[in-house]
Amino acid sequence: MEALMTFIFGSWGSDIAKTLWILLKIIAVVLPLMLSVAYLTYFERKVIGYMQVRIGPNRVGYHGLLQPIADALKLLFKEIILPTASNKILFFLAPVLAIAPAFAAWAVIPFDLNLVIADIDASLLYIIAMTSIAVYGVIIAGWASNSKYAFLGSLRSAAQIVSYEIAMGFTLVGVLMCANSLNLGKIVIGQVGGFWHWYVWPLFPLFIIYFISAVAETNRAPFDVAEGESEIVAGFHVEYSGMAFAIFFLAEYANMILVSMLAALMFLGGWLSPIPFIPDSFLWLLIKVAFLLFCFLWFRATFPRYRYDQIMRLGWKIFIPITILWIVFIGGMMQTSWGYLFH
Amino acid sequence: MIEFKDFVFYALSFVLVASGLSVITSRNPVTAALSLVLAFFNAAGIWLLLQAEFLAIVLVLVYVGAVMVLFLFVVMMLDINLDKLREGFWDYLPMAGFIGLLMMVEMVLVFKTKEFNLSPVDDSLKSISNTEVIGNTLYSTYVLPFELASVVLLIAIVSAIALTLRDRKDSKKINSSDQINIKRQDRVRLVAMKSEEKYVKSKTKDRK
Repeated sequence: MEALMTFIFGSWGSDIAKTLWILLKIIAVVLPLMLSVAYLTYFERKVIGYMQVRIGPNRVGYHGLLQPIADALKLLFKEIILPTASNKILFFLAPVLAIAPAFAAWAVIPFDLNLVIADIDASLLYIIAMTSIAVYGVIIAGWASNSKYAFLGSLRSAAQIVSYEIAMGFTLVGVLMCANSLNLGKIVIGQVGGFWHWYVWPLFPLFIIYFISAVAETNRAPFDVAEGESEIVAGFHVEYSGMAFAIFFLAEYANMILVSMLAALMFLGGWLSPIPFIPDSFLWLLIKVAFLLFCFLWFRATFPRYRYDQIMRLGWKIFIPITILWIVFIGGMMQTSWGYLFH
Repeated sequence: MIEFKDFVFYALSFVLVASGLSVITSRNPVTAALSLVLAFFNAAGIWLLLQAEFLAIVLVLVYVGAVMVLFLFVVMMLDINLDKLREGFWDYLPMAGFIGLLMMVEMVLVFKTKEFNLSPVDDSLKSISNTEVIGNTLYSTYVLPFELASVVLLIAIVSAIALTLRDRKDSKKINSSDQINIKRQDRVRLVAMKSEEKYVKSKTKDRK
């Protein structure tokens, strides 16, 4: 391929060939991701349905399996309404800004040993950076809509995401202290040798805090005050319809899969099998991610929505102090003869 | 013949300069803040070209992910009169242009000194993770200045909070800890008593 490109484009050939090859890899990640987002919505409706003693979607296709496709088609053909008083450019930019970081973060996710698009040294930092800019979509959507409900939703969301990001960042500090690396692949390899070597055990409080903060970061119930139906209709995306709304929806679910993937990689040993003599495989990662995603849906079906001031209290007064204390504790323990337990 | 890397550099710098211009010329403060975000992004891209991945990612993480979000948060809540903002643009232009020129001359003078005559990145450094290198230098050679900087930041945090922490006397703020620590006994009282049938009867009699 490189030779062909060199023949067509001259000295730029090899660079263009490289770019095309990376583009192909990106498609190989994004397409299955989109498909899993679609079927995550189906899974969610079925799981919550059964938890509430209902059947869930069962009309379109066998057991309702074609429901996500039908929903996608419906949203594609719906009109996108542009509010008269809105800022037109930013109104359409907002959904793009919501979904771009949600997909961009997947560039450094390792799916198996050396199966990763970009194996960079500071991949964990890159992920934090990408998830931290996801908030722009929400903020801009709320402001550009020029609607009270949307604006209130986006303000709530901005404050919430900024506060929970700190706790989330601190939990990751714990992980990188154990792994001695910022590279996700190396973090997983650091947990090799059975489930008792996974970082979830020495970092148990951090794992819990990471997962709860992840629920808050993705604006999912019980932390979904940014779109609290009972107070502000639909929050930041109240003015969006059709495909523009669908993109926010996609971004939310893609983010859910992303944070579950991260939790599985950092705390649950990624693609490593729980018992050493069973071979490691991508399937293990899939099972772990699916379980964590199930927890997301489980929370949504079980817990009532948090009140806004309680969310802030939980983030600032409970999670951040606990994470700092645990980091100091790990740092101290690593200096003692018990240090091997934390590596 | 320019290389692919040069092309990327010029593309990034062009967007960087354009968005920088848009920061100071756009009418709307929200657009200006968003242009600044774009400028940060492109600066991070240029650092990536120099293989300074740690600095690039931290620029995005700190400035784009945190500082600018809070900036936007404040700017969005302002009730802006766009016409007022535009007033006096040309009046201030000569003064602003002069200051800008002065700063540019100073920058050129600084960059022409020997200390800034940087050589291209050493190839031996490229194989090492620069996060690790920066960490090692920061926590060994420069540990005292680093700690000093953190203390200055701490003072800034404390003073910022002290300046803005004013409780209104008529505030109806809820104490969440009290709410969470509430027990059933504090709210519900079970009282054993007889039915009030007699009382009700006597009351109806009185009315007649």
